[in-house]
Amino acid sequence: MKIDFTVNGTSVSADVDPSTRLMDLLRGTLALTGTKNGCSEGECGACSVLVDGRSVCSCLIPAFQISGSDVVTVEGLAGEVLHPIQDAFLKHGAAQCGICTPGLLITAAELSAQEVPPAASEVRELLAGNLCRCTGYQKIIDAVVEVVCVSS
Amino acid sequence: MIIGQGVRRGDGVPKVTGDALYVDDLDIEGCLHGVTIRSPHARAKIVSIERSEAFDWSGITVVTADDIIGENTIYLMTRDQPALAESEVRHCHEPVALIAATTLEKAKEAAEFLHVTYEPLPPLLDVTQSKTSDITIFGTDNTFKEITIKKGDHESVTEGTLIEGTYKTGLHEQLYIEPQGMIAIPREDGGVTITGSMQCPYYIIKGITDLLGIEKSEMNVVQTTTGGGFGGKEEYPSMLAAHVALLSQASGKPVKIIYERTEDLQATTKRHPAIITIRSRVSDKGRLLTWEADVLVDGGAYNTLTPVVLSRAVLHVTGPYHCENYNITGLAVATNTPPNGAFRGFGAPQAQFASERHMDRIARVLDLDCIELRRRNLVVSGDETATGQKLYDPGAHTVLDAALSAADDLGALRSISRPGDGGESARVRKGRGVALAFHGCGFTGNGEASLQARVSVSLEGDKVHIQTASTDIGQGVDTIFCQIVAEELQIPLDMVVMDSHDTDNVPDSGPTVASRTTMVVGRVCQRAAAGLLELLREQSGRGDSFEVLVRERQSSSSLRVEEVYAEEVDMVWDEKTYQGDAYPTFGWSCVVVDCTVDQDTGEVRYDKFVSATDVGRALNPVLAAGQIEGGSLQALGWATSEEVVLDDRGSMKNARLTNYIVPTSLDAPEMHTVMVEIPFSAGPFGAKGIGEIPMDAPAAAVAQAIESAIGVVLDELPMTPERILCEVE
Amino acid sequence: MLAANFTVQSAGNLAEALRLKSANSELQPLAGGTDLMVQGFKNKVLDIHRLDELRGIDVTDSGELKIGALTTFRDIVDSELVQAWSPCLVEVARTIGARTIQNRATIGGNIGNASPAGDSLPLLMALDSRLVVASELRGEREIPFEYLFEKYRTLNMNPDELIVAVLIPEITKNDHTHYRKVGARSAQAISKVCLSGRIRIEEGVVTEARIAYGAVGPVPMRCPSVEAALVGSPVDPQVSRLVLGDITPMDDIRSTAEYRNRVAVNVLRAWLEYLAR
Repeated sequence: MKIDFTVNGTSVSADVDPSTRLMDLLRGTLALTGTKNGCSEGECGACSVLVDGRSVCSCLIPAFQISGSDVVTVEGLAGEVLHPIQDAFLKHGAAQCGICTPGLLITAAELSAQEVPPAASEVRELLAGNLCRCTGYQKIIDAVVEVVCVSS
Repeated sequence: MIIGQGVRRGDGVPKVTGDALYVDDLDIEGCLHGVTIRSPHARAKIVSIERSEAFDWSGITVVTADDIIGENTIYLMTRDQPALAESEVRHCHEPVALIAATTLEKAKEAAEFLHVTYEPLPPLLDVTQSKTSDITIFGTDNTFKEITIKKGDHESVTEGTLIEGTYKTGLHEQLYIEPQGMIAIPREDGGVTITGSMQCPYYIIKGITDLLGIEKSEMNVVQTTTGGGFGGKEEYPSMLAAHVALLSQASGKPVKIIYERTEDLQATTKRHPAIITIRSRVSDKGRLLTWEADVLVDGGAYNTLTPVVLSRAVLHVTGPYHCENYNITGLAVATNTPPNGAFRGFGAPQAQFASERHMDRIARVLDLDCIELRRRNLVVSGDETATGQKLYDPGAHTVLDAALSAADDLGALRSISRPGDGGESARVRKGRGVALAFHGCGFTGNGEASLQARVSVSLEGDKVHIQTASTDIGQGVDTIFCQIVAEELQIPLDMVVMDSHDTDNVPDSGPTVASRTTMVVGRVCQRAAAGLLELLREQSGRGDSFEVLVRERQSSSSLRVEEVYAEEVDMVWDEKTYQGDAYPTFGWSCVVVDCTVDQDTGEVRYDKFVSATDVGRALNPVLAAGQIEGGSLQALGWATSEEVVLDDRGSMKNARLTNYIVPTSLDAPEMHTVMVEIPFSAGPFGAKGIGEIPMDAPAAAVAQAIESAIGVVLDELPMTPERILCEVE
Repeated sequence: MLAANFTVQSAGNLAEALRLKSANSELQPLAGGTDLMVQGFKNKVLDIHRLDELRGIDVTDSGELKIGALTTFRDIVDSELVQAWSPCLVEVARTIGARTIQNRATIGGNIGNASPAGDSLPLLMALDSRLVVASELRGEREIPFEYLFEKYRTLNMNPDELIVAVLIPEITKNDHTHYRKVGARSAQAISKVCLSGRIRIEEGVVTEARIAYGAVGPVPMRCPSVEAALVGSPVDPQVSRLVLGDITPMDDIRSTAEYRNRVAVNVLRAWLEYLAR
């Protein structure tokens, strides 16, 4: 099946098998291996990417559904300099082993682009789709709150 | 000062940009994809392994035990565990055959056509029956290890109240978010390169060269960026490395195996379940007079590291308390279940769940305050442990005071509540729990002296490189070692580079385990740096600073200094009697947890979590806090939600992330982390090991908090809502 | 990669989707994919996720809330209209997986998947909602939620029909609504017990009661004994015990029948006690 979409601002055309997931397409054909595979069933969130601005599990999306969409992976977050949320992750020690980090950054990036930023008290709920086993989450929450939430 | 600064991790930028390459991200040309055929039975004879003629096997590589050239074993402590089962399988999901093909789909398809015929045998699944069972799994009586620790004369004590309790802990999964994965790449010299996700590169060389029938010099092992380990990637990667290497040997091609999550959960090691009975006599004033403990751990079907796990369990089953009369026995036995192995804490969490719950039991029986009872018995300077090790400057009281004070400072944390005190309704109640732990840092007894860890530091151009087999698995050792070297040489951090963890280039600094890396290997690293400075000064004949010497150095040739572990504290340890100095030093920890318990559902929500941990010296406070907070949440998961359910084949029934329940950010409490610094003279800049101690105290604190909230006494982990509700009136 | 033994047809608009479904009733509708991508596909997939006409939330001329089948739970979370109409439905949406799932999962998918543990189903039942389905031949029809679930994972729909929308009647000032999900963790959890209810109290007396549960039987279910006992009297928390006659929970990997029975009673009693206060 032929699909056209953009990934990290670049137009892509691909011929995909129905069985190809967005995660497979990104990690395989497009060599965007920053998107990780932790469980293949939408539980861990390591494969999160932005599709049309919303964070989703790329293991749960058949590639054929992505035609016409705008996809952003962790590789697309930084421009000349790091995205503020990437910088905050480094500053707060929110990345340890790093395998959940791309997915968390994607979810956080969606929050940081929201017109109405979430309240600090909502951040734990909003990140709950991204499992981390190293940090206990405190440093991740600190980093995201600092960048995403309005200080009151 | 670079030490004591929360500098950003050296591997941080590639981890936030997605550039860091984990094993499944590597694209090796011509690489085959492997799958593992596993036993569906807990115990069975293998009758035959046949390739169906209905399938075209061309281009498919198949390996069974018959194809193994060398000795069919993964050598760890013993040689009992085969790489592939030969005539008999001893646990469900035991590897029986391997298949590799050009694509994963093709390999999976071929697997459907490889028919293994089994003759099932009755399995031994009950750990309490192991020793007396007719079924022999290991040795003559299924015993992996027995240990006795005796001190004083507990039998002569007849006064006080005799209090006995039994405490149980369940299997616990490490659940690194990156599943296990490994690649074998044939080398031009006929040897093999192993690369993948791991904690201990040299374990793999030791573990599988005999299996492959090659010399140690014919194998090098390179760690890829590793997505979490927690012990789960200590010894198991040797099995996976054996499998890719066997397939590579048979096919002559690179081979990659990446476990799918369910396979990883079903087949790899877990925390040992334990049943621990403690009997103690206690004076009316709440002083411990005797402390007897029987520790039983289930090792699963093969030895792996079980004897050492048992060792750490019996050495920690006293808790951080003083008593004159000890009688401790430990027994580790086999069952027909997947082998259990290393997991953060390594026996100590099980032991101290038991010892802390026993202290709570004593408080209950004698009607004493839980904290006051602990205060009366916590070790102080000059006290001896059960092994007769004299303690200097133990931090037990210090961490207790620090944790309680930090908890009081947070207004939201209140004094221990009584049932019915607070909450949204009468059925929802809040409770607080406090627990303490100690943890022996580094290997037990003579471990380091016999291992002789080595690290080298080299000057290349104007950069200082570090070569060590100690791996960064997220805990930040690459950053810490660079900080140590920069501090020692008084140079900027960006002058120090951590070399790739490739056994061809790095000396054997031992495994990345046992809270030993920063404290023990970091110290060797510091001394190697000092050696490099000394060498430069010798060569130049000047006493200038390292930076000046490097700037003005005439030669561009590289310099390399290798250091070996040196015993800086006198340790006398008798492995036979289990007497003497068990550990070079101990860390101390106290945690306070506030939870809300819903008596309608048995749900426990963690509200706040305070910990005070003696870290010796926080070389990087951000990384240190990360270790403590992450370990604490793993322990909180173990306490209430993480349950491995085995079926009647000893196979994990809930082997998916949707039903093995680890905490999300919404389940995790707000964490407040206090670092207490009681320096250890032989650690780099005073640092102690901190990787494991966060695992030790939280589960018992949760049990106490639940008890304080709703009056329900639970002595078995995990304390799931189902178990809690059973106990609610 | 998914198992590769299926074909896909994509529909550009509802008419085309209904035509395809009419021509081949075996076609399995695929919306956000958050359930089907885990369960795996059957042979033939009908991709409908681009049917924008099935997306959106508004109030009908007859004063009911209409939620298009492809409306995501994220859209529901963000909708001020839903928040005003039924805060419970926003709560439901917030407990579906987590944000990454809510961004993709649709309400129509949650219904079509027909899981006994589907979190929106008991609430839609309790709110006296109706499902709007359509076929090429017969056009649209409405199915009350209480008649929707035929048996385990099977809806009372014709093979040529697709889910179009959900209609939720107005909740009056005398209506008290409730949602309580009990799962193994606070997010990313499949329900062990899921309670929803709408109780109308007029002058201190219950005049109508709709109590529905998920995950305690083969289908989401109402509780007729409880409802009958509630109506005609002031709220009596003791009737919560009658739940045991209405539900049929099982032991499974997530929990036990015993736990579900007890919790089903307890969470209802807790709500009734709150209402009785």
